Amino acid sequence: MQTVVDLTRCQGYAQCVFLAPEVFELHGEEGLLYATAVPDDQVERVRQAAAACPVQAILLGEEVSVGAR
Amino acid sequence: MPGDLKDGRIVIVGASLAGLRAAEALREEGFTGSLTVVGDEPHPPYDRPPLSKQVLLGRAAADTTGLPMRQDPDADWRLGVRATGVDPLAKQVLLEDGESLPYDRLLIATGTRARPWPNPEEAALEGVFTLRTREDAGGLAQRLAAGPERVLVIGGGFTGSEIASACRERGLEVTVAERGPAPLVGALGGTLSKLAAVMQRNHGVDLRTGVTVTALRGNGSFTGAELSDGSRVDADVCVVALGAVRNVEWLAESGLAAGPRGIACDAGCRAFNMYGIVTDDVFVAGDVSRFPHPLFGYQMLSLEHWGNAVEQAEVAAHNMVNPGPLQRPHLAIPSFWSTQFGLNIKSVGVPTYSDHVVIAQGSLEARRLAMVYGYKGRVTAAVTVDMAKSLDYYRHLIETAAPFPPPPGAADRAIAADVPIPSDVPDPKGLSHGPTVALTGYLPDRRLTLVQPG
Repeated sequence: MQTVVDLTRCQGYAQCVFLAPEVFELHGEEGLLYATAVPDDQVERVRQAAAACPVQAILLGEEVSVGAR
Repeated sequence: MPGDLKDGRIVIVGASLAGLRAAEALREEGFTGSLTVVGDEPHPPYDRPPLSKQVLLGRAAADTTGLPMRQDPDADWRLGVRATGVDPLAKQVLLEDGESLPYDRLLIATGTRARPWPNPEEAALEGVFTLRTREDAGGLAQRLAAGPERVLVIGGGFTGSEIASACRERGLEVTVAERGPAPLVGALGGTLSKLAAVMQRNHGVDLRTGVTVTALRGNGSFTGAELSDGSRVDADVCVVALGAVRNVEWLAESGLAAGPRGIACDAGCRAFNMYGIVTDDVFVAGDVSRFPHPLFGYQMLSLEHWGNAVEQAEVAAHNMVNPGPLQRPHLAIPSFWSTQFGLNIKSVGVPTYSDHVVIAQGSLEARRLAMVYGYKGRVTAAVTVDMAKSLDYYRHLIETAAPFPPPPGAADRAIAADVPIPSDVPDPKGLSHGPTVALTGYLPDRRLTLVQPG
């Protein structure tokens, strides 16, 4: 699974850092770094982080599948 | 007729953020026809902001930044193939492999590429990089991990500053050569750029301002550069961060209004042709577009913002599958962020569309502030440093054309907020890197002259 954070929306509430510290990390006081490729054992935590984000800035989903055609 | 808009053939050229979000939005809007997405890079859409941050810091591999889908757009992805032209009469997109793709409606989202070093021989030296693609970032991250003696960054815009920040965080020596008086001056104006200069120097960056790099030296591999002040920088890695070039050359014969500032379109993302007549089957979204914005005097804006790619793609997709009276304008307020030297810098509005600024909250000394920009007595932009939660408030002031300086109560520094100082926005013609927002019509105080490509 892949994740992306809309950092235009992010206001540094850091709920994600609290809920999924292996994926999200503060960089300075309120900058955010995150692992774009989410390890399988972290998917549920990222789901919780996405639900808890006060500005709904986290999207979790499958990477684009380029089906053969 | 309206029913037909949900069917037919749509081709999207550009398989990055805007292309992906447009494809998803078309399906969400009920489009059931055939959808083809063409991209010149071999990869599915991936996210670029982490490339200059996580990837250069060594915390993520360059090939792991693939974008998640909101839903599978069920598209025919033509990746690793370049579009070479559009035949607007036959309604076909021409591909480099000789194939042509017929369309009923076309979305152009070809974005930008890194501006290359102007001397191709010097640019080809081993150790000279640009930073735009996954491959660029992977190669540069590998070199940084190997521990170079010194990195030279040419250009102190956002990308250059983020690269310098990552280098310092890795303990590497870095020199930044900036043509303007301070880093970020083109995006934020002279006042706030002074803070950027202090931050860089405090973090050990060898910052050279008011200079240009005149030559890259090396025998096969990069060894150093000569500067316009007669000095020389010895380094083994060089990153050219001179802004972006819009990918419009392939449209030269298309009859569309495509130029170095992008492809002009109306507020509904419909492309103009070269005579300024709006098309009804060609749409534009993302970095490659330029569009009129009512909050900034209807000037044509050219944005290199992540959020703009998302929002404009969604508006374009909506308008592609809905009849005229149901179409929507793209009115989003420009907004971007950068993380560097431990600071979170965020902006709303257009800082370059300003004549004065006030520090409304915090201070330069505290490294925590909200700076409000005004033009002719109206709030037009705000930039926060480690104060992201204040940004929505200032966005509201911009949207409502609130008076400048902002009213009492908006500021915790009443005196500073009462005394606007010049915003000191430089003439964009003199910039060595892109300001990320380009006003491409006219400046508040002077008209721009037409710049021809090449």
